[in-house]
Amino acid sequence: MTVSNTSDIETSAPRHLRGKYAVCGVGETSYRRGSDQSTRALASWAVGNAIADAGMDISEVDGMLSYSNNDSTFAPHVATDLGMRLNFYTDIYGGGSSTECLIGIAIGVIEAGMCHTVAIYRAMNGFSQVRIGGTGARSAAPIVGDQIHHRAYGWQSAGQMFAPTFMRHMYDYGTTPEQVAAVKVAHSKHASNNPKAFYRQRYSIEDVINSRMICKPLHLLDCCVETDNSTCIIVSRIERARDCPHPPAVIQAVAGRVCKPRGDIHLHYQSGPISTVAGHYAKNILWPNAGVGPEDIDVTGSYDAFTFTTMLQLEDYGFCKKGDGGDYVSNGTIELGGKRPNNTSGGHLCEGYTHGMSMVIENVRQIRGAIDDSCPLGPDGHRQHTYDYAEGGCRQVENVELTANLGWAHPGAGSAVVMAKDHL
Amino acid sequence: MPVQGEYMGMMLTVDDVDVENRDFFKYCAAGEFRLQRGLKSQLLRYPPTTACPWTGERASEWVPVEGRGVVHSYGEVHHAIQPAFKSKVPYLILLVDLDTQKGQPSAHEALRVGGNLVLPDGSFAPPDVIERVGIGSRVRMVFSQVADGFALPQWTLDEQAEQPSSPWRYGG
Repeated sequence: MTVSNTSDIETSAPRHLRGKYAVCGVGETSYRRGSDQSTRALASWAVGNAIADAGMDISEVDGMLSYSNNDSTFAPHVATDLGMRLNFYTDIYGGGSSTECLIGIAIGVIEAGMCHTVAIYRAMNGFSQVRIGGTGARSAAPIVGDQIHHRAYGWQSAGQMFAPTFMRHMYDYGTTPEQVAAVKVAHSKHASNNPKAFYRQRYSIEDVINSRMICKPLHLLDCCVETDNSTCIIVSRIERARDCPHPPAVIQAVAGRVCKPRGDIHLHYQSGPISTVAGHYAKNILWPNAGVGPEDIDVTGSYDAFTFTTMLQLEDYGFCKKGDGGDYVSNGTIELGGKRPNNTSGGHLCEGYTHGMSMVIENVRQIRGAIDDSCPLGPDGHRQHTYDYAEGGCRQVENVELTANLGWAHPGAGSAVVMAKDHL
Repeated sequence: MPVQGEYMGMMLTVDDVDVENRDFFKYCAAGEFRLQRGLKSQLLRYPPTTACPWTGERASEWVPVEGRGVVHSYGEVHHAIQPAFKSKVPYLILLVDLDTQKGQPSAHEALRVGGNLVLPDGSFAPPDVIERVGIGSRVRMVFSQVADGFALPQWTLDEQAEQPSSPWRYGG
């Protein structure tokens, strides 16, 4: 089945495990450059914060999953530091698109009776240890075997590896630098209302276009920020999640990691069109299983390693017609106050870099109606959201029912999750 | 013994068990661009892989392929990540559709071979040459020697080919 719009989606019967699981706890450390802590210490803070947020006793969380690019600590260390004994754990290799993928795995292992509750974390010193931009340790690593076909050509960093996809999209569809710059403008607007964002300054289209060129078509401000941080989410059955202090973010469907033909970071260029990304395939799993389509989604979390990645995924998951991504991201839709805001935290372009998990955390808080902006706390301890998105103000979206996170590994691979507000 | 050599100050290594890459770079060192062809599919593939992407067949033969094609897309690096490339900016990363097997076995497939834009002698192209190259430019392959039995394919403008009057470039 190929989904081209919402009317293609069969919604009469629940599919698979739709609505059976939820994210019931979220936690993070601050977004910094210079954490002065090991990834192990960072992880123990984030996991501990998420378990506390879920209102759970430490002994209740008996599953743990993590992802890294050989730049982080492992689950048994973190569990030991928190006094947990695990019935299930595994640490996978992966960066962007791992969060959504691991939510799917968490559901699977709980369903299989292997454990009850799973903590998923990412811990990284992406600025002060293994730099995500690729300078330092990554560029100094010996060049061996298959890597020669790209690294020997100075074709190594994420921006360099993805540039042919971005450039070809401009060629195929007439996408302009100004259109994609609008992603940074929107996300910086959102970040200005996020007290924990690393960059809280608002930027204009001109600021992006006039920033120095890194790797055409990417200016400095088309690229994400490097930070040190850890993030964690807790996945449990919906019944358990309903007893937690916060309203559950109900998991409607997970897709991925889904890949294009020959879906390796370098090999995927052999099949085309190279301006199409893995979401083109993932959407055919995501929307039918979720029982909703792009038009139903209130808030998106399309991964912004670069301005272009947000656009490419929104387009290939069907939020607009193929080729119209440039218009979609620049016509006000993705801004707070627009029809369907994207990355209301400021995302990886502004808030901080966590390989995707922070964008899922943000949407969990959107569904809860409990975004951590500067709005005043009421007598009940809940934030009194004003929905005034002026600088320094609110970033809660009104009446959020459904969110979609679109995780990006590279043009050839991605994953996604749809979450919903609970309606008993 | 692994095949190893220093290129622009970077150590490149092909392990002795990595026979596909070893053979590929060995042919390059002899001035030949050869690709594996599946016996069943009769399709060429790039880069070297253990098995045929279309049939999974492990047996293959190395077939000489003409190193000519057209720029499918590119990136232009202004801020180098690797120390070896700091003195080369701006440099181009080209993704070239070979003429051979273009559009096969399906419309959007091609043998897309990466590389930098260099001059015929293998030195990196200066800015005034870079500015003449974009999507649609015709290029031909040259080889940069790394060590005995080890060379890298690179791309240079094809002087004999008819070039588009204005290849597509970022920013016009």
